[in-house]
Amino acid sequence: MSIGPVPEALLRVVREEWRAVIATLVRDLRDLDLAEDAAQEAVVQALRTWPKTGAPDRPGAWLLTTARRKAIDRLRRDAQYAEKVQLLLASEERARVASSLRDPAEVHADRGDDEHRDHVGDDQLALIFACCHPALTTEAQVALTLRSLCGLTTNEIARAFFVPEATMAQRLVRAKRKLRDASVPFSVPEAADLTSRVDSVLIVVYLVFNEGYGASAGEHTIRGALCAEAIRLARLLARLLPDDAEVLGLLALLLLTEARRTARLDEFGDLVPLDEQDRDRWNAAMIQDGLAVLTRAAALQSPGPYQLQAAIAALHDLAPVADRTDWAAIATLYGELERRAPSPMISLNRSVAIAMADSPEAGLAHLERVDANDMAERHVYHVARAELLWRSGAFALALAAYDDALRLAPTGGERRFLTRRIAERRSSIDAGVERPDDQ
Amino acid sequence: MQYMLLIYSSVEAGPAEGTPAQDAMNAEYFAFSQKAMEAGVMQAGAPLQGVDTATTVRVRSGKRVVTDGPFAETKEHLLGYYLLDCADIDEANTWASQIPTATYGSIEVRPVLMIPGM
Repeated sequence: MSIGPVPEALLRVVREEWRAVIATLVRDLRDLDLAEDAAQEAVVQALRTWPKTGAPDRPGAWLLTTARRKAIDRLRRDAQYAEKVQLLLASEERARVASSLRDPAEVHADRGDDEHRDHVGDDQLALIFACCHPALTTEAQVALTLRSLCGLTTNEIARAFFVPEATMAQRLVRAKRKLRDASVPFSVPEAADLTSRVDSVLIVVYLVFNEGYGASAGEHTIRGALCAEAIRLARLLARLLPDDAEVLGLLALLLLTEARRTARLDEFGDLVPLDEQDRDRWNAAMIQDGLAVLTRAAALQSPGPYQLQAAIAALHDLAPVADRTDWAAIATLYGELERRAPSPMISLNRSVAIAMADSPEAGLAHLERVDANDMAERHVYHVARAELLWRSGAFALALAAYDDALRLAPTGGERRFLTRRIAERRSSIDAGVERPDDQ
Repeated sequence: MQYMLLIYSSVEAGPAEGTPAQDAMNAEYFAFSQKAMEAGVMQAGAPLQGVDTATTVRVRSGKRVVTDGPFAETKEHLLGYYLLDCADIDEANTWASQIPTATYGSIEVRPVLMIPGM
């Protein structure tokens, strides 16, 4: 039997309920593979029957019940049958008792739903921590998070990371097998480990977003979905860990960056630099949202790298025109970031901010201190160097640096941007607007 | 679930033979083992003699071939092990991080494959 065309609304419901269904099943089964297979079968059944019967009132509950039955079917063929079925039946029983306790005449309906939601929230948090467990490689953590928490298909994840689908499928299988065989717990870590474990979750969310925002190759539409999923995950984390300033910091950073997405590419899909973007196309509501989250984070008085980056993004977002960007404040924030979380990228960005706030020469002087070994193969390093050299009047050196950048640029959009930039620079020299230097 | 905690380090990285530092480390190992026993997780554990005492045995075409030395020539050697019974990998990793050698060597944590009936 094949599945006919499925209304978009039904697909959306399935997408929204996926994470909660997986999280609850994993709690009961302690086996991510089995949980996913069962949920997948339930979804297939939903997509077959809902177009005829209409979606049930509580689609999440329907999917969960169906998935539990599918899991039982599978377990009948399994040696651990008796033990796991007990877990499932106990969970069904709990759900029944919980719903029978909810008397609509006495208790406001919303309250029961809230309790249900909190419970589901704990399960989802546990699943996030398992998917981002340091026993897995970061690559595997990212893939598993997209599969199990965001409901992306293996094919979509493979396309997003530009690897063959078979490779991604194998990566996922291996990751799930390790979770099971090494007994990675599906639970929120102990207080002693919580900070470091939250850090590794935040890194995964940040990587998912960055991949979507266009750091490397990959298909355009999938990349947009990655940003949206990263923000959804960050929102979920912020709801579940409301007192963690860096969780809020990350959410703010993603919102304040995503707000500029549409203005970031021109009609040909080419990159538009920040100072040339049409600021009317920035998403004002999302910026407000991001600022509000950042304010909440700041109130917790526990600064960290994500909050600092969010503050930098906010300063860009708040400048009505590029010329009025508060570069001195941005340079200070990058200095603080450099101190707390040193990386060549941060130092590079600080160099640019110093150049804007002070002088191109001051920026170049700071760029000299960036470890060129780390950055020699990164096109952004050469772009920044080229821009600063150009502004300081070292035109020939600037052109050479642009050529290095072009050679290393990873995507077509970035190559087209640099080709155009080089042509502009050369023609301004030819036109005598800028005089070539002697170097 | 049982986890094998394999203790690896290069010989030079640890405290030298017969020094107070080695006595201190021995005391730390004793305390760790004591703690694991009191917590009821200890199944087994022992230090191994130096890698220069190792012999490697292979059987090829039905013939036993015995050679001097360890299986692999590496800088980091297996110095000892613990077999612990833990609830999950987080607990096993917490124990592993308390093994004295973890501060300069490495502890490889491997879940034991449980085969029913064995």
